[in-house]
Amino acid sequence: MPALPLPAEDVFRRALVCEFTVIGPAGRPITHPMIPLYDGDKIYLHSSVLFSKKLDHIKANPKVSVAVTDLGATHGGPLNDRVTVQGDALVVEDDPHTTWQRIMPLWIEKEPIVKEFYAKRVALPLFWERALIEITPRRVLVWPRGDMSQSPSVHETTGVA
Amino acid sequence: MAVAPEVLRGIETGFAHAVLVFVDTQGYPLSVATEFQVDAERGVVLLDPPSGSDFDLRDGAEVNVIVSHIKPQESGYDERRYVQLWGTIGKEGSRYALRPTRGQSWDESKMPFFKYSEVTVPQARAYLDGLGRERGRPVKPRLSFGWLALRTTRAPFLTATLVPVVLGVAAAAYEGSWSLWLAFLPFLGGAFVHLGLNVSNDVFDTMSGADAANETPTQFSGGSRVVHYGLVKLRTLVLISAAFYLAGIGIGLYLAVERGFWPLFWIGAVGVAISLAYTAPPLRLVHRGIGEITVALGFGPVMVLGSYFVQAQTLSAEALYVSIPVAILIALVLYVNEIPDRAGDAAAGKRTLPVRLSKDAVVAGYVWAVGLTYALIAVGAVAGILPRPALIALATIPLAVKVTRALRRDYDDPYALMFSAMGKNVQLHLFTGMLVFAGYVIAIAADRLNAPLFLR
Repeated sequence: MPALPLPAEDVFRRALVCEFTVIGPAGRPITHPMIPLYDGDKIYLHSSVLFSKKLDHIKANPKVSVAVTDLGATHGGPLNDRVTVQGDALVVEDDPHTTWQRIMPLWIEKEPIVKEFYAKRVALPLFWERALIEITPRRVLVWPRGDMSQSPSVHETTGVA
Repeated sequence: MAVAPEVLRGIETGFAHAVLVFVDTQGYPLSVATEFQVDAERGVVLLDPPSGSDFDLRDGAEVNVIVSHIKPQESGYDERRYVQLWGTIGKEGSRYALRPTRGQSWDESKMPFFKYSEVTVPQARAYLDGLGRERGRPVKPRLSFGWLALRTTRAPFLTATLVPVVLGVAAAAYEGSWSLWLAFLPFLGGAFVHLGLNVSNDVFDTMSGADAANETPTQFSGGSRVVHYGLVKLRTLVLISAAFYLAGIGIGLYLAVERGFWPLFWIGAVGVAISLAYTAPPLRLVHRGIGEITVALGFGPVMVLGSYFVQAQTLSAEALYVSIPVAILIALVLYVNEIPDRAGDAAAGKRTLPVRLSKDAVVAGYVWAVGLTYALIAVGAVAGILPRPALIALATIPLAVKVTRALRRDYDDPYALMFSAMGKNVQLHLFTGMLVFAGYVIAIAADRLNAPLFLR
């Protein structure tokens, strides 16, 4: 069974950008625009060690949210809905050189130029030392047609996806 | 402390909506898109309250508001920019009013991604170091051996050695002395010294802080940065450099013993000495604004005369003459490559010419030097110092014009300069030098075939 309700699945499969929020050391939310990936089970983000503060923040507090709000940021037609997912994040960094590569096909699907950049990784070696951020959804809020004047439909998930 | 009005004015246009974020009662961040309006003079961002009981915020609640933008492209996206603000929120009429006290932003048109990725290198190193401490063993960034070797040695720059060596060989062959084996050995020896120089340059730039201070390295400038990135230890780099120098010196000594000891000993000694003095203390010639002259001497007369002597066992004024145009062009490769490095070089006390001179003076210097190069080739060919077919090297003039235009246009944009000028400038040295070489080959062939005089 998919981790997300159907409308949210479509959004996460197509969206090119999301607002990913972690909680900083002072308890304040800190948001990072990132490319969201979804494999039908979990939401994945990934971060170079060059921009690793968010990884430290997740390790200190795994509660995060991922919002897809830019309906036009796709490679095709606009997204139907706006979605926010609250969940628990896990930083997967067994080997920063290789572990993240398992989501490479999903990344290339959304950003084909990555394949070319990766082939030239000698130019920016630290960019390709990365960590995977694996998010288990807990609560999903969907705004049909992206209409923020309406209350969202709320879906609680089992959190064991 | 309030966020500057210009920051707030900057988000008034170019962003379609805002995202309001706060920590909910369960301790999770909660994000919701909303319409917004900026009142920069009052330092306030007004937000439409989202519908739903989840979003009833009390006065004084701490929130984070982000506006962000990307433009989808077929292969990815560009025009990335965002601004995020932090502060407390309160009701103002029917809207929420955020009075931000802190802000953070990135706009790739103002801070190019490559520069951003350099500025954050210390963050990456600290993260990997922390990971290493957690695991009780070092966690290092990696590259495959081939890529690492290429990056560490900067071997593609060996064209700077190839050109003067083949010109020395060609000048000797034009006068009747020719041996393939004796052409290969000076190239090999010169290449080892060149690689030793590249690596030692990185050693001393790391030690002087020049690499760390440089936030805009490019494919052609800023050194290999392998120590700065944590890919190679400084000690390893010192050993690699020493090994290259020893190999180069060994070949040089062999050639000296075989072909004439003292002339080759002194040519080799000068070559090795100036390559070390280039960045090594106490002379550190590149720090004193004479790096270009040093490079011109090493990759011009020293290499041309060295390879010429190995073939001909004598020196000649003609060989010295042909070394000068390529000496100028290789100095110009360094000169142009120093342009994007100038801020970092200045911070590290490297007083290179682009650090010392204005943009206009640097570009004018380039134009005069390139003009002198072509004048020397033309006069040399017409006067018979060079073979007449060497005039075909003037075919690279359009390339020189392109580089000059690019310098004027992209002087202050390191990444634009990399694509428009730096690569082409390296090609200018290579193509011009190889066309002069081709001129020698045509002349030698014409001589053998008893072809018309203008081909000789």
